[in-house]
Amino acid sequence: MGAVRARVLIRPKEGILDPQGKAVERALPALGFEGVGHVRVGRLVELEADDPAQLPALCEKLLANPLIEDFEIESIDGA
Amino acid sequence: MVWGVLQFPGSCDERDALHACELAGGEARLIWHEERDLGGIDAVVVPGGFSYGDYLRAGAIARFSPAMEAVAEFAGRGGPVLGICNGFQVLCEADLLPGALLVNENLRFVCRQVDLIAAFSGSEGGKSCDRPDEALSIPAKHGEGRYWAPDEMLDAIEANGQVAFRYAPGQNPNGSARDIAGVRNEAGNVLGLMPHPEHAVDAMTGSTDGLRVFDAVAGARA
Repeated sequence: MGAVRARVLIRPKEGILDPQGKAVERALPALGFEGVGHVRVGRLVELEADDPAQLPALCEKLLANPLIEDFEIESIDGA
Repeated sequence: MVWGVLQFPGSCDERDALHACELAGGEARLIWHEERDLGGIDAVVVPGGFSYGDYLRAGAIARFSPAMEAVAEFAGRGGPVLGICNGFQVLCEADLLPGALLVNENLRFVCRQVDLIAAFSGSEGGKSCDRPDEALSIPAKHGEGRYWAPDEMLDAIEANGQVAFRYAPGQNPNGSARDIAGVRNEAGNVLGLMPHPEHAVDAMTGSTDGLRVFDAVAGARA
């Protein structure tokens, strides 16, 4: 059995002001894109893990700060 | 009194911190991030800068350095620790202080002199800073200094007297919750703040108020 490829999606928790999302949101109308709202900017980490069971702990300890960020783990090739 | 000033790859204010420690009284030496030995050190400063490039999140990687493991033990034994700017971010990431520092509300890097209201409530560690009526003039320079914690946590740290510094009214440069510029841990021996007391130690550069912060940390010695 080989390593599992996974994607970790990290985003600011609901309710925390995300100034990067706001800046993107404000820039869109100037480019002619109307009607886009609630933009939130997060982080995407791709990795390969021999033991995918470690992933939640690894996310809580390092990849995300659970106080301010939520994370989702998804397997990339359904392995 | 011997001060230890941590130095990570990417630290940039450690020399000013050394200088400030010496002016505050005593000797000071640098502690490289790979060192684990804090023998003979009476107080630790985690300085400003961009430890490990601030990759991932500010302070997230520095937290796992050997030196920080030693600092966590040192703090657990009641040793005084002062985190400045990136050092504050590292201490929050290490759970030695409550809360987190987020990107400034206006997305701009802030570099300006701010007035801080020192809000130490206890006598331990608050020796020279317990003057709520008198602001400290200290420079702030950061892009990720917006102090944030959930409301329940903010209520708790306020109730415990853990809010050490607030920006003076109208001077909050980054959107920090409740104007908080610096906090302490519950025991009072770990202190972190975003503005830079080590840059305010010489009248020639405008203010010596930063020395009072170093004095307060020295006063927290067990």
